[in-house]
Amino acid sequence: MATVYIPPTMRDTADGNDKVVLQAGTVGQLITELDRVYPGMADRICQDGRIRSEIAVAVDGEITDIGMLATVQESSEVHFLPAIEGGSGL
Amino acid sequence: MATTDYRVIGTRPIRHDGTDKVTGRAKYGGDTAASDLLYAKILRSPHAHAKILSIDTSKAAAHPGVRGVITGKDLPELGAGTIEVGETPSVNAMQMSTNVMARDKALYKGHAIAAVVATSVHIAEEALAEIEVQYEVLPHVMDVRESMADGAPTILEQQTTTSLGKDTGKKSNIATHTVFEIGDTSKGFADADLVFEREFTTSPTHQGYIEPQSAMVLWNTDDDITIWTSNQGPFGVRTNTALLLDVPLSSVKVIPMEIGGGFGGKIPVYLEPLAALLSKQSGHPVKMTLTRTEVLEATGPTPGSYMKAKIGVKNDGTIVAGEAYLAFAAGAFPGSAVGAGAMCMFTPYEIENIHIDAYDVLVNKPKVSAYRAPGAPQGAYAVESLIDEICASLNMDPVEFRMKNAAKQGTRQVTGVPLGNVGNVEMLEAVKNSDHYNAPLGGPNRGRGVASGFWFNAGMQSSATLQVNPDGTVGQVTGSVDIGGTRAATAMQAAEVLGLDAHDVKPVVADTNSIGYTAVTGGSRTAFATGWATYEAANDIVRQMKERAAKLWETDASDVEFDEGKFTRASNPEQEFTFKALAGRLMETGGPVVGKAEVTPPGVGAGFGHHIVDVEVDPETGKTDVVRYTAFQDVGKAIHPSYVEGQIQGGAVQGIGWALNEEYYYNDSGVMANSSFLDYRMPTSLDLPMIDTVLVEVPNPGHPYGARGVGEVPLVPGLAAISNAVNNAIGTRLSQLPMKPGNILEALGEIEG
Repeated sequence: MATVYIPPTMRDTADGNDKVVLQAGTVGQLITELDRVYPGMADRICQDGRIRSEIAVAVDGEITDIGMLATVQESSEVHFLPAIEGGSGL
Repeated sequence: MATTDYRVIGTRPIRHDGTDKVTGRAKYGGDTAASDLLYAKILRSPHAHAKILSIDTSKAAAHPGVRGVITGKDLPELGAGTIEVGETPSVNAMQMSTNVMARDKALYKGHAIAAVVATSVHIAEEALAEIEVQYEVLPHVMDVRESMADGAPTILEQQTTTSLGKDTGKKSNIATHTVFEIGDTSKGFADADLVFEREFTTSPTHQGYIEPQSAMVLWNTDDDITIWTSNQGPFGVRTNTALLLDVPLSSVKVIPMEIGGGFGGKIPVYLEPLAALLSKQSGHPVKMTLTRTEVLEATGPTPGSYMKAKIGVKNDGTIVAGEAYLAFAAGAFPGSAVGAGAMCMFTPYEIENIHIDAYDVLVNKPKVSAYRAPGAPQGAYAVESLIDEICASLNMDPVEFRMKNAAKQGTRQVTGVPLGNVGNVEMLEAVKNSDHYNAPLGGPNRGRGVASGFWFNAGMQSSATLQVNPDGTVGQVTGSVDIGGTRAATAMQAAEVLGLDAHDVKPVVADTNSIGYTAVTGGSRTAFATGWATYEAANDIVRQMKERAAKLWETDASDVEFDEGKFTRASNPEQEFTFKALAGRLMETGGPVVGKAEVTPPGVGAGFGHHIVDVEVDPETGKTDVVRYTAFQDVGKAIHPSYVEGQIQGGAVQGIGWALNEEYYYNDSGVMANSSFLDYRMPTSLDLPMIDTVLVEVPNPGHPYGARGVGEVPLVPGLAAISNAVNNAIGTRLSQLPMKPGNILEALGEIEG
């Protein structure tokens, strides 16, 4: 079961919880599961079926560049955090 | 420490592009030429904030020699919100377009209003003067705190405050508010024996690249668009130009020119879409080059900031809580890197309880862009200054204090994400044992300061192809614009795999039609990620060459081994080919061999730096001289140590400028009053001592040769280290950058502000 850490500004959609343990094989599956447990979380994290550009996902300490397709292991830690701004966005 | 022996990695060959660059033959953005070339100039807003009531271009269009005029109405309307663009993160295209050229409002002094193309630059400038613009001047706001206040002038009418995917719906100049938190700071501060708190401000500073933005664009009669530009990311230019012009991505080809500095500031597009439209109007290639004033007034500086930091410690020096409030001025559009600043500022330390509020705030200044570790130098300035104050109060050695609290592998950052393999502790050991740290100051009015800094570094996407030449050399093609010697650093990684000398690999930086997608040269990613790509492409060559040797030996490829540039038949070691010998027999064994790789590498190694600075402050003039500077950095494994040292020295120098002199000085009308290099005071070689560097090599296990990104970390610690040194010299802490002479005299009570 992967542990998902919920950032402070998303906890209002997660009943105030800072983490939750979920079963998932990929980040995409994990977000689906997260949304089932805390409805609305998928909209917080995703837009048009992809991770929002302002959000980054770290799996086991490493920011992933493949978003929803990133593999999640049984013992994985998954963090959602702000993407680094100041780059190519504008 | 790195102990692996390599043939090429860690050596110092002359860079492949060195001869062209020192003899002036290398072609930069300004060196483009065409037989029927026209020249374009931009009319810019004289006001910091104004409604554009009307623009009359008729006289300019009729001016002899003028071949075209555009305003914001000539750019496509792209709809609100973000757009998914496939290759790069989704972007707010309409905001990007509006920054390139204003629509209904001018949002900062220097905002592009119209552009003219003519047969000469001078004629274009004459025609600009004939464009009549009616403005209604609006109240402007330049300071983040004033902009955050209720009743502040509204900069973007539809701007609301968002927070990680949630839109509050409240209209505000606060574009984002992000909270970071681990542990329980109320408990942490309650457990503290001492609590220190201070406010800090920093001014916007510019990346200060020597080469202004310059591009030449041809919109051909078949609607193919070719762009020659000096930008850090040709693929980003392709994407964003296609997006802003609403044309197919495939119709745009970007040919990267050599780049005369970027530091993050040459990632956005400013000129290319405008020059393209003017080329379409005129039917000619169009060249557009900014002046230094335009660069300063209208291209991204780094955000100015207002920060509050608070740290709680035990009497034994253990940090038990940290808190910060960051408000960064994004300019006229969102995106100040305040989040990155927040995520880096406490990272050198293992702290259980941290809370940070980070605000991205609009002001009537140019839209900021990245600048080496965007956001991190400001945050480090606040935290590292406060730590200096704590060390003095506790009478603790500042390096011992940092070692006591040092972050290491597994330490949770403020995001909760644990650090991977890092060399923070090893670096601090090197600092503690260094000659500089243990040397006397050597004179009156001198002070010493130290500070640490952190940056994530990046991976992203890179592509590479390598082709084997019959003489045993290898041609290398990547899409990474060369900054700081990245041709050499990536070619060396291919050479190491192939058992060749660095100069046997011939690197070329290709246009966007000639190589797979490659992300920007930025984020300290190129030697790491494009190096990964050349490493993988070289291994692809080895695999194919083994098959060729196997054909000649009438055996299976699994029977062929490759080591140190030599193919050997495992079942009969007397049979062997050197790489060069086998390269000469490719045509008879199946034709050319081309290796390729496309990578999105994991294993990015984060980086720490630590700087020691000695300054001497003249008590009569307030002028600060940096008399000794040593920069330590965990570089993983230095692929080419000279270029790693160069990156560190350059970053340190930019920190000196930021700390002591550089600032955007605005008058009451919101107009930058120092928009030239005469008045915007960057350090020159005459201002600087030798910047000594110490490369601490704790290999990154995520890279085949242990490399970490090195280009951004060296700008992070300098602001605080210099501030701490000045404080040590004059006995008074300034909490405002730059520490220019007037501010120092004011702090000393010699003058009134």
